[in-house]
Amino acid sequence: MPTQSAYPVVEHTDPAGQTKQDFTSDQDVRWCPGCGDYSILAQVQKLMPTLGIPKENFVFVSGIGCSSRFPYYMNTYGIHSIHGRAPAVATGIKAVRPDLSVWLVTGDGDGLSIGGNHLLHVLRRNVDVKILLFNNQIYGLTKGQYSPTSPLGKKAKSTPLGSVDYPLDPVSVALGAGATFVARTVDTNVKHIEATLKRAAAHKGSAFVEIYQNCPIFNDAAFDFLTDKSQKEDNELVLEHGKPLRFGPNGGRGIALDGSLTPRIVDVTTEGEDKLLRHDETNEMVSLVVSRLKHPAFPVPVGVFRAVDRPSYDVMMNEQVEAASQGNKKSLQQLIDAGSWTVA
Amino acid sequence: MGTSSPGKAPEQVESVAIRFAGDSGDGMQLVGTQFTSTTALAGNDLATLPDFPAEIRAPAGSLAGVSGFQINFSSNPVFTAGDLLDVLVAMNPAALARNLKDLKEGGILIANSEAFNAKNLERAGYRENPLDTAVVSAYRLFKVDVTALTLASVRAFKLDHRAATRCKNFFALGLIYWLYSRSMDATVQWIERKFGDKVLGQANLAALRAGYNYGETTEMFDHAYEVRKAAITPGKYRNISGNEALALGLMAGSELSGLNLFLGSYPITPASDVLHMLSNMKALGVRTFQAEDEIAAVCACLGAAYAGALAATTTSGPGMALKAEAMGLAVMTELPMVVINVQRAGPSTGMPTKTEQADLMQAMFGRNGESPLPVLAARTPGDCFHAAIEAARIAVTYMTPVVLLTDGYLANGAEPWPVPNIDAMPRFPVSFRTDTEGFKPYLRDASLARPWAIPGTPGLEHRVGGLEKDNGTGNISYDGANHEAMCRLRAEKVARVADSLPPTVVEGAQEGDLLVLGWGSTYGSISGGIHKVAARNLKIGHVQLQHINPLPKDLEHIMKRFRRVMVPELNLGQLAMILRARFPETTIHSHTKIQGLPFRENDIAKAIIQLLETN
Ligand SMILES: Cc1ncc(C[n+]2csc(CCOP(=O)(O)OP(=O)(O)O)c2C)c(N)n1
Ligand code: SF4
Repeated sequence: MPTQSAYPVVEHTDPAGQTKQDFTSDQDVRWCPGCGDYSILAQVQKLMPTLGIPKENFVFVSGIGCSSRFPYYMNTYGIHSIHGRAPAVATGIKAVRPDLSVWLVTGDGDGLSIGGNHLLHVLRRNVDVKILLFNNQIYGLTKGQYSPTSPLGKKAKSTPLGSVDYPLDPVSVALGAGATFVARTVDTNVKHIEATLKRAAAHKGSAFVEIYQNCPIFNDAAFDFLTDKSQKEDNELVLEHGKPLRFGPNGGRGIALDGSLTPRIVDVTTEGEDKLLRHDETNEMVSLVVSRLKHPAFPVPVGVFRAVDRPSYDVMMNEQVEAASQGNKKSLQQLIDAGSWTVA
Repeated sequence: MGTSSPGKAPEQVESVAIRFAGDSGDGMQLVGTQFTSTTALAGNDLATLPDFPAEIRAPAGSLAGVSGFQINFSSNPVFTAGDLLDVLVAMNPAALARNLKDLKEGGILIANSEAFNAKNLERAGYRENPLDTAVVSAYRLFKVDVTALTLASVRAFKLDHRAATRCKNFFALGLIYWLYSRSMDATVQWIERKFGDKVLGQANLAALRAGYNYGETTEMFDHAYEVRKAAITPGKYRNISGNEALALGLMAGSELSGLNLFLGSYPITPASDVLHMLSNMKALGVRTFQAEDEIAAVCACLGAAYAGALAATTTSGPGMALKAEAMGLAVMTELPMVVINVQRAGPSTGMPTKTEQADLMQAMFGRNGESPLPVLAARTPGDCFHAAIEAARIAVTYMTPVVLLTDGYLANGAEPWPVPNIDAMPRFPVSFRTDTEGFKPYLRDASLARPWAIPGTPGLEHRVGGLEKDNGTGNISYDGANHEAMCRLRAEKVARVADSLPPTVVEGAQEGDLLVLGWGSTYGSISGGIHKVAARNLKIGHVQLQHINPLPKDLEHIMKRFRRVMVPELNLGQLAMILRARFPETTIHSHTKIQGLPFRENDIAKAIIQLLETN
């Protein structure tokens, strides 16, 4: 059909000269003071210029929620779409423009409640988008209702007696959907966000990153067990590929599996490192088991749960189009004419 | 061809309506399509109406499982698939029970007598065999043991019993070919192409010829009939269904705009075929996405539009309901997309295989807030092609989502279609904004469209979204006055589409007694209805609207030239309601039907006479 490239031929910006400033838009950032979103925004703006991608090739897509205001603050292309549907919007962009670097920002309500369906599908299809799910375990924008990640018994505006729904774990959901890259990080851990997002950016295919994000207004201190200095050491399990799962002071404790795949905490000094489960980003079973470790019974894993390569949806779709157009090249006119006869 | 019983020349007739009816497994759609191709080749004008059950595999012989295919062909212009039937082929009692009411008095009834056994009669709710009772006395009944005759004709091929009986649709087709003096050549070639030298192909051929010869040798019918060529405008023609035409029309829109085509869709009857056809067009660069639901389909479409594609989404009523929120986003972000609703009978799931025009209000107003968008309707199967191009033109010229309404009748109905030459069609090439000088995402041109600046273009980085924006910069704005200005701008932009419309075509009288104002698929029924009252020398004009929002600017003036305006629609009066609101001084007579079926030509003719004689 269109004989030449439908898109304008442009000379791209030199990515080498890009700075954080280039990615900062002129819009006032309007999150509440102390919101965890600020830190994540700063890290993303810092990361972008380092990726070697011309600025104009980034698209930030979001749904609705506090976190979904994100695209306005990025001086890139962006769509602030509708509640829960960002994965579908992003899929459309990638399907026609695999050349773009598409980032998706969503919240726990946006991504797992109203948009749960779309999140599953973008992950199972392995569309090449980077998904940042800001998890504050609450609805921020609508002022404090519980969310699908709020713990059982959570007292919030719509659950004055405590919620009676069991929460979803975003990482387990992503793994269950067959995501090829799944990670978790924490808003205040600047170095860790940076390292995690760098790996997500490098991943070809869907990269899903859950970011624990503090909402000081409606759910303050929900992640103190990971961010408060006095608790962090006992509760944080940093995942490293190939390394045994150790945590606690001097890595003195670890996670082992008993015969029925049940994790238990062991004392490394008495039982020895060999007993411990080794993290393996490429082993689905290990990733799934690790994703089920939950506070307060267990330390909470942060880092990359899973990273495997698999052809992405957009690449396969465009390869099919490419391959099909190589072969049998019927023109549109020939298709229109098919089966025609002439009346004289 | 056209050899008839010895000594008797075929009788010339003008128009014939035939319905093949049988069990869904009987291959009625297949023989219907074959008969259609042959009839088109023979130079008749024609229209068809396939009618299949909602159940995928209803029990054999049951009323729910009856599948029918109707064709109306003539040496004169044909407007619809026909009101009443001249011939009914009933392959079993259920087919008879469901269809006999549509057969003309004195019409030909061909019944597959073997299938009228106790079991099938019971399934169809007959206590005794209707072929032996007064039920059929008003018709010219021909009992033909199609099953036995077919089995005998294919015996040589040693097929198992099941495969052998399945050839009976070709026997019936052969018989009808003889009855209407038709050449079997096209069907013979089709069978040869389809089956190669497989035994099944040879068996089907044998059954077809046996049916034909049966007609010729048994002298069961006194003579055959012949329908002469119609005076058709010379040119190249093909048969096309509405859904095929939509798929080709979207591709043509892509070619004429120079944009890549993206379709996001979720299967739903009767729209799915458009997804199927476009999915098969990868060789021409078409990208299709079978989404997880309609919401994802339209959202992907919006993403593809933002990224610079000609984006379309196809669905039917309940699916468009799901798309409403994202269509509102497309209104707000002023991104072009084509939303096609192949309407079916509702509300809710309604009667999914039946036709209706009741989603007009949904298309016009079914979104939150003031969210106007252009609404178009296609009038015939072939017109779906042109309407899809027009929808694409408006979408990319005005940067707006556009709704195109078709319906189940157009989707599956077929007609001979003058094949357009794509090179001769007006182009509407899109130029994306690349100039950074003075760029603002919501600057407007003379048609009030904003620039289409796509990702990958340096210096034009911008954000769009559902929040109200400042006109020009596109920055979020909660300013009340700006909101009002933007609502008015968006409405005015849609209104300006009317500036680009050619003068409205009025068929028939240009002024006088009555203007029949229709929209969409009622075109044929209305034309036929008006034709039926032609002898009365009334001055009747006919306008079939393609553009419902905005309405053509000359419409008011046209209405004023007639003493009365009648609006027939397959709903409870939705266009009539819009017209009454827009033109309060005009009296609008609403004429409606909502039975899952198109108007009959007679329905319209009667309504015309009633209106003109009582008022
Ligand atoms: C269709 C629809 N339903 C409901 C809303 C209201 N709404 C906006 S944001 C939101 C929840 C957001 O929660 P979350 O995703 O956790 O984001 P946060 O604000 O906490 O960042 C809801 C219910 C909406 N905008 N659209
Ligand atoms: S409500 Fe909570 S999540 Fe939203 S901006 Fe304020 S602090 Fe952040």
